[in-house]
Amino acid sequence: MAPEPETMPISVDFLGGLDTLFSNKTSHTISLPLLNPSDSSPANVGFLISYLVKHHLKHPRTEFFVQDDGHLTPGILVLINEADWELEGEEECELKAGDKVVFVSTMHGG
Amino acid sequence: MQHNSNDEHHSNSAATNGEQNGSSLQLTDEEFDRYSRQMIVPGMGKDAQLRLINSKVLIIGAGGLGCPAAQYIAGAGIGTIGIIDGDVVEPSNLHRQVGHATSRIGMKKVDSLITHLRDLNPLPTYVPYTYPISHENAADIITLYDLVLDCTDNPATRYLISDVCVLLCKPLVSAASVQKSGQLIVLNCPPTPQGKMDRKYPPCYRCCFRKPPPANTQLSCGEAGIMGPVVGLMGVAQAGEAIKILASALHLPQSSSDTTTEDDPHNLIQPTLLIYSYDLNAAPGPYTFRALKMASRKKNCFACGENSPQTLTLEGIKSGNPNYIQFCGLQTRKATLPAQDRITASAYHAARESGQLQNHILLDTREKEHFSFGSIDGAVNVPFGKLLMKAATIKRDGGDAQEILPLKSAEDPIFVVCRRGLDSQEAVEKLKELGVDHGGKRKIVDIIGGMRAWKDEVDPSFPFI
Repeated sequence: MAPEPETMPISVDFLGGLDTLFSNKTSHTISLPLLNPSDSSPANVGFLISYLVKHHLKHPRTEFFVQDDGHLTPGILVLINEADWELEGEEECELKAGDKVVFVSTMHGG
Repeated sequence: MQHNSNDEHHSNSAATNGEQNGSSLQLTDEEFDRYSRQMIVPGMGKDAQLRLINSKVLIIGAGGLGCPAAQYIAGAGIGTIGIIDGDVVEPSNLHRQVGHATSRIGMKKVDSLITHLRDLNPLPTYVPYTYPISHENAADIITLYDLVLDCTDNPATRYLISDVCVLLCKPLVSAASVQKSGQLIVLNCPPTPQGKMDRKYPPCYRCCFRKPPPANTQLSCGEAGIMGPVVGLMGVAQAGEAIKILASALHLPQSSSDTTTEDDPHNLIQPTLLIYSYDLNAAPGPYTFRALKMASRKKNCFACGENSPQTLTLEGIKSGNPNYIQFCGLQTRKATLPAQDRITASAYHAARESGQLQNHILLDTREKEHFSFGSIDGAVNVPFGKLLMKAATIKRDGGDAQEILPLKSAEDPIFVVCRRGLDSQEAVEKLKELGVDHGGKRKIVDIIGGMRAWKDEVDPSFPFI
């Protein structure tokens, strides 16, 4: 049996209604593998997104979170340790143990 | 204190303080009494109150955000209040749109809200615009005001309002809400000319929300529902932000000492996005309010960034460029089923009445909350989300379509109905993918237009929700 991959804890929050896609829970602690098994590169936000889709996204309406190409659905803000992910390199941003990632769906109703 | 009547006020105050550019420099007795409790709050005082009285605020949208916001804007004594909305008051608005009333159902929302506001405070000048804001009229209206509240309900209008506010240098207080969540952010404050990037400046709506969500993932209050206090809280918070910005003159360019530093003492350059999450099943907890720090103006922003003067102009907006409707993809909706897989509500009803449908299955894919208010006799409720989830599981792990709904004979036709006739079409496709139609032996049919059509064509007393 292959050894369990080493993991790190990442705190992930879903706001603005996205919690309904993830077992109706706002705050999650994810055990994310240190390396992306597909190419053994260090885990980044892009890998976190695909990991969340594979292991935690229980709802069939996956298009509310990711598009067919695997990229995040437009209109979702991502904050990495409180900062807009565009400043951190978006999907390329590498994660370390204890990082806090927040996904927020933009609302339009009123 | 002087005991002058209202009529005397103008000549009196003009004599003692003068009036410049139509701005009053003195409070009347009535204003003094009315605003006393907010004027004595530390940090307010007479100058702040006069700034409010001399301010002009535009409220775009007279609904769930606009009503509560307008009450406090009017109560605080903002001197000129413009309100724009083309809708009329409906009974389903009243649980949250607290500026309207049962006696004003059918009235234009703007007229209804101003009726309420005049009773609350007759002193401000109220300016009604009883039509929707559009790319053609937005700039002509917004230019007349000092600050804008975005209380609208759709992304196309939100991008339009933000773009015009950038071009006209107006601060924007933006809020939104759906179901059990709300958000609030102050944008473009203090307003900065388009394209300026020599230091950090406040973001616009596009800096924060570069692309709208795809049309098929957008939820409106009409479809998804909305809790009154959730949207109300966001509207009240908008008024709170507007009042503080105007009272403290935060929208005016800051003093030179501020411009030499990268400090953001007022939390405006990197504003906070406030998120409110309301839980029907728990008291407030540590995650009820979240404050997320946003980035400052973005260099590559289409509306306010480095090259934006080449991409966004008032003339362009007026002539339809950019096309906001297209940008937000409002026209895209899934392709419809072929005609042989569809039936009108009245034809389905006629077939039932004539006894042609002795053995058939009627599948209702609305949410269980909707179903609980009423359904067609014999309907089986499998909410659309649950149906998709089960279909995905069966496809992935194998299993029997009986897990979705009981299927006695292999030939009984299935009729699928939903709220308005979109989910039901996708449900028909899913069931066929699972082979429930036995290669065409069983008919699976969508009822066109859903329960809305059933109410319109068959049963006017049906409690459609």
